[in-house]
Amino acid sequence: MTALSSASLPPAAARVAGTGHGRIVALGLASCAALCVAGLFAPKWLTFLVTMAAANGLVSLGIVGLMRGGVVPFGQGMMLALGGYTAALIFNQLGFTDALGLTLAGGLVSALVAAPFSPLLSRYRGIFFAMLTLALSMVTYGLLMKLEVMGGSDGFNVGRPTLLGQSLPDSHVGYILYVLTIVVATVMALLARIYFDSTRGLVTLAVRENELRVEYLGGSVRQAMTINFILAAFCGGLGGALVVLSLGHIEPNFSFWTTSGEFVFVAILAGWQSVAAVFIASTVLEVVRSFSSAYFPNTWQLALGLFLLFVIRFLPKGIGSLWMRGNTR
Amino acid sequence: MAELVTILIDGLTYASWLFIVALGLTLVFGVLKILNIAHGSFYALGAYGAATFVAWGASMMWAPWLSLVAMLLAAVVIAAIVAPLTERGLLRFFYGRDEVLLVLVTNALFLIMEDLTKLIWGANPYYVSEPYGLFGSVDIGVQTYVGYDFMLVGLAVVVGLAVWWGLNRTRQGKIVLAVIHSPEVASSMGVDVSRVYMIAFSVGIFLAALGGAFTAPMISVQPGVSVGVIILSFAVVIIGGLGSIEGAAVGALIVGLARSVAVHTAPVAELFSIYLVMAIVLMFRPEGLFQRVQARKI
Repeated sequence: MTALSSASLPPAAARVAGTGHGRIVALGLASCAALCVAGLFAPKWLTFLVTMAAANGLVSLGIVGLMRGGVVPFGQGMMLALGGYTAALIFNQLGFTDALGLTLAGGLVSALVAAPFSPLLSRYRGIFFAMLTLALSMVTYGLLMKLEVMGGSDGFNVGRPTLLGQSLPDSHVGYILYVLTIVVATVMALLARIYFDSTRGLVTLAVRENELRVEYLGGSVRQAMTINFILAAFCGGLGGALVVLSLGHIEPNFSFWTTSGEFVFVAILAGWQSVAAVFIASTVLEVVRSFSSAYFPNTWQLALGLFLLFVIRFLPKGIGSLWMRGNTR
Repeated sequence: MAELVTILIDGLTYASWLFIVALGLTLVFGVLKILNIAHGSFYALGAYGAATFVAWGASMMWAPWLSLVAMLLAAVVIAAIVAPLTERGLLRFFYGRDEVLLVLVTNALFLIMEDLTKLIWGANPYYVSEPYGLFGSVDIGVQTYVGYDFMLVGLAVVVGLAVWWGLNRTRQGKIVLAVIHSPEVASSMGVDVSRVYMIAFSVGIFLAALGGAFTAPMISVQPGVSVGVIILSFAVVIIGGLGSIEGAAVGALIVGLARSVAVHTAPVAELFSIYLVMAIVLMFRPEGLFQRVQARKI
């Protein structure tokens, strides 16, 4: 009976019935392992590029989670900054240096700071949601610029972390942080997939289609949006901490609106259907950024802008729509 | 007391150019429903254009007061050439799409224009100091203020009244109001909606460029001027209510005063005082101070 019903269900619903996740988890773990092995042979600049792409991709993953509900935050750089400053301050002030612990702390603090705002934000839609998140991130930016404790406009440097009690040697620190970032990104991507296919994840999709119907059917729109925002903050905080650990530096620009714009860019490029697409899109952005800033230092924003216009015009559902062929609109 | 006067005058000056720029933003949003991130780039274009035109005028041995005409000319040229090109060549392909997606389209436009201005004018700063001395100085109490600042306040009042009169008291303006209300109905009544879009966009861009051109003497014109102006003018229109002229005026005053109070009493708070006001207004009156309540469509 179960087999019959799930066979007759459309693909998206079949995944809900729990038949599709085994394959996706296996695929995710396999690509994680493959990336970790490939990292051993890759040049340093490439592992660093992928590390940044995966860490930034986490921030965009949070945006995609919100986009599934029809809202786009324009201030997610704030979450990046919160996670980054948390990791950096704990490292410098408290002397706690474990990379994994710092990453989790970054995510948790971001989620905690976002929590009181999220019930408020859950009432906002469209441009107002975008603008309020933007305003909050710019308030954070203004504070970070002026607070001496936070290093002011120059920010400050962060030393080399340890991992699970082991100090990281010169020759391998980049690779180990790369592996850590890939593993965290994979875990979050898989969790995101499971969440997106859960009941609440599907309610979020329904909100995007028609809020009133969701309410009439007994679903809570505000609850779904509140939780999505906190989860997005958690993802953003993890990403921020990972970026800071690899970069070794933090500054208020993390919370500036142009940074947030880049995360939205990645989310739009990825589309809301596929989780893997988020990380692919993030890698595409990093590649475009590093190659064009190396070869066309004066026109890389121009290239990025044209690319963005092209995607919005010809691939409105993002690159994820190229291989996700569900029956959801 | 003297400090209070200084705060008021500083705030008013700041509010005046900001109002001109934000008025353009709110007009474009009202008619085209586009929250234009690239608005700041048009402001920058205006400033750069003014730098070029004023320098050109000086090389032609124009009388000093003609530099004001040169600045105005810069704004007109940008509105007449760049704005229709942008609207017809790019934006019209995205009409009817989600508002937030349109924000992203203009974000792309902003990125493109950042590099284009750098390619055209280079990365070095320009100074348009000539017009700044044209209006002499004014003594109020112990402080001396630059006359140009007061001219700017006057300009803002004139521009605001002109836009209000144009929208509410002329035939063309009423057509624009009809399009704002419902493009479909206006279109079925024989209004050429796409022409109205193009004109409204051009007027909006003219205001951005005008703001840029007339602030050029007060700042150093260099890459990055657009970035700050965008968020400031967003703050103004969000506080006042998107699409409202009165709102833009009040919003500009609030932002201008908030900034000058912060600058004179707690310089640390300068940057975030404005955003804080914006966030607070959004929290308590998300539709802005002057936005009419809209019926929810099911």
